[in-house]
Amino acid sequence: MRIEELLNHTGEWLRGTGPSAHIVMSSRVRLARNLEDWTFPGRSGKKELESVLKAFTEAVGRINALKGSTLFDMTQIDQVDRQLLVERHLMSHEHASNPEGKGLLVTAEEVVSIMVNEEDHLRIQVMRSGLNLSEAWEIINAIDDALSRELQFAFNPACGFLTACPTNTGTAMRGSVMMHLPALVMTKQINKVLAAISKLSFASRGFYGEGTQASGNFYQISNQVSLGHSEQDIIQNINGLIRQVIEQEEQARQALLLQNKPMLEDKVCRSWGLLKNARIISSQEAIELFSMVRLGLDLGLLKHVDHKALNELFIMIQPAHLQKIEGKKLNAFERDTKRAAVIRQKLGRSSNND
Amino acid sequence: MTCDICGKKKATVHLTEIVDDQMSEMHLCEECARQKSSQMEQQFGLADLLAGLADPGKAAAKESEKNVLKCSRCALLYEDFRKFGRLGCSECYTSFKEHLTGLLRKIHGSNKYLGKTPGASQESGGKGLAEKPVALLPSDDLLDLKQQLKTAIAAEDFEKAAIIRDKIRNLEQKEQ
Repeated sequence: MRIEELLNHTGEWLRGTGPSAHIVMSSRVRLARNLEDWTFPGRSGKKELESVLKAFTEAVGRINALKGSTLFDMTQIDQVDRQLLVERHLMSHEHASNPEGKGLLVTAEEVVSIMVNEEDHLRIQVMRSGLNLSEAWEIINAIDDALSRELQFAFNPACGFLTACPTNTGTAMRGSVMMHLPALVMTKQINKVLAAISKLSFASRGFYGEGTQASGNFYQISNQVSLGHSEQDIIQNINGLIRQVIEQEEQARQALLLQNKPMLEDKVCRSWGLLKNARIISSQEAIELFSMVRLGLDLGLLKHVDHKALNELFIMIQPAHLQKIEGKKLNAFERDTKRAAVIRQKLGRSSNND
Repeated sequence: MTCDICGKKKATVHLTEIVDDQMSEMHLCEECARQKSSQMEQQFGLADLLAGLADPGKAAAKESEKNVLKCSRCALLYEDFRKFGRLGCSECYTSFKEHLTGLLRKIHGSNKYLGKTPGASQESGGKGLAEKPVALLPSDDLLDLKQQLKTAIAAEDFEKAAIIRDKIRNLEQKEQ
């Protein structure tokens, strides 16, 4: 698979269906693993990193579940391509910024991706649509089992899987869900909810991951601890917490509808009008408008669009995607006009009778 | 909007700081933001947090000892782990065991590993018990107490849970 081929579609996990897909956009589980025979990437030279990458590549060749996947060598692709992989949630910013000795494995449909030589030797992730951590866990557990038959992981029975950062030691698992919580934001309950989440040792972040502010009412919620609980327990705990947040959001949505439906409808329809007609738009503005349109869709106030189209737009309107679609480098202003054009085209296609 | 620090370039980074419950906002250009963030990192990074957790209070007393403590395999100094917050290899976990055990408990609220074992079949529930030496297996008393603890917590009987927890601690210390 070439990078350009990724542009023809978006990840399967953006299809916008699955349990509670109206509020939970996607679920992700990741595992960190290190190989016993080498020092961790941060303490390895170029030669060692390359031999880890080689050992991994050979192991993947023997694993049926990973047949048909593509391994990108970070030094062989340019900065825009690396950015594109970040924008698709296939790898981290950190992985793109210093390409030496790093690799990325992506399976067809982008369900599984494995970063090689990021902070740990392997960072395996599985993405699913909707609230579906259990399914993501089943897939990642099988891949982890297959890899552990080929590679000797750094592990001891007392501490579990050994990672570069002690915050990951143990299961080395992080489960996270991307939630759309506009009604909790509008009814000013969101801070209360986020405070409760952090008290329970869960973290909340913005749409684009670590260190980003929440925008467009999207929040990523994940577990923090990796010792003292089994993987299944951690997943059940997150599920339990997320179901409560979904319930709160649903109640807040109904309250908004009851209190002031005309105002909500006005907000939703204006957002739709802006997206369908804007000629210049920043990503921040676009995401805020997507949020309103998505809410309108969930509440039956809008009918001309589906979750899949909106989810895909989140990915397509980012800088590297716009530049790959256009086929050349674009400055900030050119990106804002291209972004508006991409949005008009996508929404026009899904709503011809508007 | 122009940058609050240099007053020349366009502010694209918006920083909210909370110091002693006082919230202040700053609007910075990319360059000044980078400088500011490197200052902040120096003041208070993840590594400091971890280091503070690792040795509260006694940091100064054992300083000389820690300067020479290093990993027998990758030669990472414990001092450098405290500075940067990253371990160098799997052997660091053994070389720094004395310090890490407490640190892991502080980070995770527990230092008991209950997850899967690599290579263990799924039928055994992901716990490859057969692979562990027998001495590492908890005694029946301990398993029983842990079950009681779960039940007490589920019933929100925290006083009872605390008593059981202390019993478990005592037993675990004896078994070690």
